[in-house]
Amino acid sequence: MTRLELRGITKRFPGVIANQDISLKAEPGQVLALVGENGAGKTTLMNILYGLYQPDDGQILLDDKPVKFKGPGDAIAAGIGMVHQHFMLVPVFTVYENVILGVEPTGAAGVIKTKVARDEVIEISNRYGLAVDPDALVEDLPVGIRQRVEIIKVLLRGAQVLVFDEPTSVLTPQEVEEFFVIVKELRDAGKTIIFITHKLKEAISFSNQIVVLRGGQVVGSADPKTVSEEEVAAMMVGREVDLVVDKEVARVGEVKLRVRNLMVVDDYGRPLVDGVTFDLKGGEIVGVAGVQGNGQTELVEVITGLRQPAKGQVELLGVDVTFKSARERHALGMAHVPEDRQDMGMVGAFSVMENLILDSYYSPTFAGAITLKRQPIAKNAVDLVEQFDIRPPMPAVAASTLSGGNQQKMIVAREFSRDVPVIVCSQPTRGVDVGSIEYIHAQIVAKRDQGAAVLVVSTELDEVIALSDRILVMFQGRVVAERVTSETSPTELGLYMAGRTN
Amino acid sequence: MSTVKQAKVLTKGQRRRAQILGVIMLLLSVAVVWLFIPNAAGQATFGLSTPDEAIQLDPLVVPATGSLWFLAAVLAFLGGTQFFRGFQSKATIFLGVALLIFVAALLVWATAGKDFSLIGMLSSTIARCVPIALGALAGILCERSGVINIAIEGMLLGGAFVGVVVGSLVGGIGGLLAATASGAVLAWFLAFFAIRYRVDQIIVGIVINIFVLGLTSFLTAQVLVSRPDLNDAPILTAWQIPILGDIPIIGPTFFNQTWFVYATFILVALIAFGLFRTRWGLRTRSVGENPKAADTVGINVNRTRYIAVTLGGLVGGFAGAWFTIGTVGRFDENMTGGRGFIALAAMIFARWNPIGALAAATVFGFSDSLQQKLAVLQVPIPSEFLAMAPYLVTIVVVAGLVGRARAPAADGQPYVKE
Repeated sequence: MTRLELRGITKRFPGVIANQDISLKAEPGQVLALVGENGAGKTTLMNILYGLYQPDDGQILLDDKPVKFKGPGDAIAAGIGMVHQHFMLVPVFTVYENVILGVEPTGAAGVIKTKVARDEVIEISNRYGLAVDPDALVEDLPVGIRQRVEIIKVLLRGAQVLVFDEPTSVLTPQEVEEFFVIVKELRDAGKTIIFITHKLKEAISFSNQIVVLRGGQVVGSADPKTVSEEEVAAMMVGREVDLVVDKEVARVGEVKLRVRNLMVVDDYGRPLVDGVTFDLKGGEIVGVAGVQGNGQTELVEVITGLRQPAKGQVELLGVDVTFKSARERHALGMAHVPEDRQDMGMVGAFSVMENLILDSYYSPTFAGAITLKRQPIAKNAVDLVEQFDIRPPMPAVAASTLSGGNQQKMIVAREFSRDVPVIVCSQPTRGVDVGSIEYIHAQIVAKRDQGAAVLVVSTELDEVIALSDRILVMFQGRVVAERVTSETSPTELGLYMAGRTN
Repeated sequence: MSTVKQAKVLTKGQRRRAQILGVIMLLLSVAVVWLFIPNAAGQATFGLSTPDEAIQLDPLVVPATGSLWFLAAVLAFLGGTQFFRGFQSKATIFLGVALLIFVAALLVWATAGKDFSLIGMLSSTIARCVPIALGALAGILCERSGVINIAIEGMLLGGAFVGVVVGSLVGGIGGLLAATASGAVLAWFLAFFAIRYRVDQIIVGIVINIFVLGLTSFLTAQVLVSRPDLNDAPILTAWQIPILGDIPIIGPTFFNQTWFVYATFILVALIAFGLFRTRWGLRTRSVGENPKAADTVGINVNRTRYIAVTLGGLVGGFAGAWFTIGTVGRFDENMTGGRGFIALAAMIFARWNPIGALAAATVFGFSDSLQQKLAVLQVPIPSEFLAMAPYLVTIVVVAGLVGRARAPAADGQPYVKE
């Protein structure tokens, strides 16, 4: 018996075919990984499966019977459960309140039977080894536990097919491991699991079958036991992809950025960055590894002038810039690719052209006495769009219409196009497709080879290892380890990230 | 993430705040000594029973000067302790205690050599908290579902007007029902523009307030002046609850009131229970916190909001009727005098919790009642300044004490399905 089958699903939107003749099958007790770049049609397909869209063509079969979903309600009733990438939880509610929302067990006059609700949560939690306290407030829970609350939610509604959208993108390495233990548990209980991901390593390690989407079509499926990451990546992108960053031995020059005993505290006086000291030299890439929330964000904010430290010093090219503004640092020679491109890196409603001069609109090149100079701005945009391969190559469109990867390329273009001695990149490839990752990494290495000092902060350990010449590991605001990349291993770094101290 | 337990060391900011609170308490003590004691002589007599009660309590008689010195000493002690040691997390509570003591001193000073019915003031405190508590409930119902309601003032004023006109025509109960319905109509307008057309909710609220003020003022001048029979509604009289109403002090304060007071208590309990114990409440709150989450589990976000806002309007209109049918039986231009905005402050002060709203409303009701009684006692403070008391309390409360109030996360944000 096939639990879930899609036959020839086609979905057209004005101007694009989002899904074309997609067929796939999933059995009970199977884990199916759906991989593909941004815009490959994964999300559309899942929305069809979840009843948010109706397919123009094709059929969905559950247990060999054709079904039609008019809305998510139908899909839920048929036993399909969706765990969204951005959790659909109410932070100020307790776990059990979130779980029962919409299917509340009630007595007379709609009074909620609290005990029944809590018992149900405890029962499911125990059966699948989820270990969630039904009375905890969701806002107090770490992300990994919130995800389990979502899982309990869909299980309570009787889901037989569980769909996860990018389930690991917000998890720490430990939480990822725990997540896949839960997935195994669910699989062994006979559930069908579909997870959408762009992390090929996870697809290969944890699934029974990999289905690759590109341009709205299934371009292949692979057996995770026999396939390599490179092969899947090539299927996704449609050409050979180099997952290893090529780089020559670093020619290290003099110190360009000096950070001394930096201390940042939160509003309650608790340390966020606790005595960080390091030097960044020309011609080298230094990576900062660490689980999200261990002070990396604050460290970057202090270095780039977005936050003032409680103590310590930042020296840029021999000048003390600790209390200088971001613009002064920019003028001295610092580029910054911020961690959240939507919030900090660009203005979505502005055109690509305008975004490309956000950091230098006031310079005489682009600004006259009163008005902006249209010609040089347009020329700058045309040049950079071409040079950095920003697609679509239309400088006048709003930046928000670009894909994540192209938005990031636009920011990199703006920051890298100047001749800057010091570059700070925070999460340079978060949420970016494989092709763009490859490109951005190459740009970072090129800058290094031109003699720039580059600081790369990333929560993706693989990325830090691939790029860096030297690695600092941060844990609870401190640098707990410093290693030369060639003399360390992911295992060693992972232990430091988890809090092991010397 | 592990949370690091902090040693009990106050940051500079916290220490400063503690010291400022201490200084405020000390200043209150100084004010008692300087302003009240030189002008207080004789005895202050506080009546504890109304004349028609079955059990009569002897009035409380205190020597003015002596008790003022005592109260000043207590204030000084509290202030000193707060300044040097700090009450830490309980500081706010002690500030409240200090303010209460100061008010007591004010009353002793004002009553020195005179008679003052303490019971009368308590009873009027409860009566005057009605429109504020109900107005806050109207706000809570809307905002818990994610629609900002600053149109409470308009709902009160509209309810007051409709209540008196219909009340004059068909009697008190009819007026009450019509006032309640009028609030629902205004609320429906708010919901319609806020939800259907996603107009900025603050602006819709302001428009409703201005519209109601303009319309009622116009109709008062054009119609009610020439037809005084339309501005003469029967007043709902106090109804004493048997047995409970005979208890000294508590009886006349709580159980010898109009139906408005009893309805307020019932509504507070009902809405608190509804919001926090029932399916309707859970869904309403979920829509106000994270409408998308509610939508994905099959809850109709906009319908839930329409219902909540309309219910809020019903409560708001009912509260408006208190101004006319519940007290004087006639309508005056802008007679709500900003009580709707005070209700808004009470709602925020109470962190969107019905029971807290009742408590906050009592504070405002007390200051309202206090200023009126002080005017009767003819204290040497201009009555205009006394009339400011409730608004001053509002500013102090909103600016000083609210601090960490957190509105429902989706408050004011229209929900757009993708």
